[in-house]
Amino acid sequence: MTVSDIIEKLQLKVIGGEEGLQNEVKGGYTSDLLSDVMGNVDEGQVWITLQTHRNVMAVASLKEVAAVIIVKDLEADENTISQSNDEGLPLLSSSMEAFELSGELYKLLNQ
Amino acid sequence: MEFNYEVEGGNFTKAGNAASSVKKVLKQLNVDPKIIKRIVVALYEGEVNVVAHAYKGNVLVDIDTNRIYIKIEDEGPGIPDIDLAMQVGYSTASAMVREMGFGAGMGLPNMKRNADTIDITSKVGEGTIVELTTRLTS
Repeated sequence: MTVSDIIEKLQLKVIGGEEGLQNEVKGGYTSDLLSDVMGNVDEGQVWITLQTHRNVMAVASLKEVAAVIIVKDLEADENTISQSNDEGLPLLSSSMEAFELSGELYKLLNQ
Repeated sequence: MEFNYEVEGGNFTKAGNAASSVKKVLKQLNVDPKIIKRIVVALYEGEVNVVAHAYKGNVLVDIDTNRIYIKIEDEGPGIPDIDLAMQVGYSTASAMVREMGFGAGMGLPNMKRNADTIDITSKVGEGTIVELTTRLTS
């Protein structure tokens, strides 16, 4: 499944990093603690978070996640969006809460 | 090969620049991606520690064929009790830093887990030196 597929199935909005929409999604990780993500997220996973600042993209890029999804329609900072575009790493948003979105993504990936 | 990076205390927008640059170099050198990942995690956490706690710092990276040596040196408050600082969950980070999702007390433990050796020396009121060494061949 690609990032594009999950955007369509979970009705996500693309905020930045369109270049990476064909990234393969291998799983997901939900956390708002950056060190926790740094220590535990795996390459190719989708990272679900409520954090909106630029360091999210720094962590996402270093760990080579497939995409970042910001929950609850929270607005990403301007420099978060520009870094997502620079790196071609998709930054997405959802109106769902982290619990709900994680559940939906889990179902989708384990069909 | 030697590289130097400056780290500004309080400037979170630049946190991760050294890690990102070192990652590119190690990729070009065809280092095992698993080893690169560990080094990048450890260095990123080190940068964040300087940004979150110190006034300014410097990262020295020395790469040879067998190992990478990273020295993160800062001018800052220092660490009074290093054993305590190494404990998962212990943190002295400010409320602002915690709100950003840092300061969960995982930085130094993450660094220890992701380096072959870690040495920390610190003087209260002066600063801290963290030295990380990791073998590049598995």
